[in-house]
Amino acid sequence: MIKKLKSFLNRFVNKLFRKKKTIKLGFYGPPNAGKTTLANRICLDWLGEEMGSVSKVPHETREISVKEKVIIKSGDKELDFNLIDTPGIATKIDYEDFLRHKMSKTQARKRAKEATKGVIESIRWLDNVDVVIVVLDATENPYSQVNITIIGNLAARDIPVMIVANKIDLKRANIKKIEAAFPQYPVIGVSAQKGKNIENFYKEVFRLVN
Amino acid sequence: MPYREHSNLTTDEKLKRILRVTKQQKILLMQGKLKPDEEARLIEETMGQITKEFAGISFCTINPTNGNNGKNTESFTTKLKNNIYNMTLGKRDFLTIIGPATLVREIRKNPTKIDLLLHQQSKRKK
Repeated sequence: MIKKLKSFLNRFVNKLFRKKKTIKLGFYGPPNAGKTTLANRICLDWLGEEMGSVSKVPHETREISVKEKVIIKSGDKELDFNLIDTPGIATKIDYEDFLRHKMSKTQARKRAKEATKGVIESIRWLDNVDVVIVVLDATENPYSQVNITIIGNLAARDIPVMIVANKIDLKRANIKKIEAAFPQYPVIGVSAQKGKNIENFYKEVFRLVN
Repeated sequence: MPYREHSNLTTDEKLKRILRVTKQQKILLMQGKLKPDEEARLIEETMGQITKEFAGISFCTINPTNGNNGKNTESFTTKLKNNIYNMTLGKRDFLTIIGPATLVREIRKNPTKIDLLLHQQSKRKK
């Protein structure tokens, strides 16, 4: 009896997921980790066009950006995604930091104001995603409170998570440190800019979703 | 802030208090930790209050009894004991450090230690 019930529930859950046509894939992480670069790489690979602009100045993405109907193939499987690129989450935004990037005071203040709104929007969108790719800069210390808060919130919402250690083409990149910081999650090293290890990234995405 | 001082507060009250202290250019040491949704709310609230003078916060939670940050090297019995302790008395083992970004440059957390880096002098002059 219990076995039958278990199998019925399994089939029901499987059907439920198969029926779900589009998967909302969110890109989360701290500023300048490469979320938009990775989203752009995916869009270029499967749509032939980019999703958003990238810059060395932090908080380049200050609004949620959604790209619908991105069909990704891996082997003989194919899945339909809505890509959701989010502004980087931070606990502090100082307009003076933007002045170092040759911005005027007015521009810097405007950017800081938009960035604060972007962070709030990112957090609110946590409830609207099915699967999340947490993009971390592999050259930075992963033990930051922002990373812990993002991953803790995803875990609390039972959202499947994969960590991308981006910028592995750089000498200082250290994937092992990220793996040690978050041992309970799959970590895959890529260079979104150079396209390094992207094929394995797609395989991991499929593994996470299925 | 000892655990008993904030354990009965609502999330709103807790966040209000944290932000009030940090906006006074003080570093807050809180016994215990915020829940993940409270941490996210703290970031949201902080972002909503950023001004020219208040650039946000730096915060970090550590568990002094577990120096390996997640890598559990405790024995099964110690783990069980700690879990029961946390469930009944709350997560008192944790310590949360929260400071204003204009005072705290960075809280660098490594598996075995925490570095609290401060600005040499207050960045903002009113």
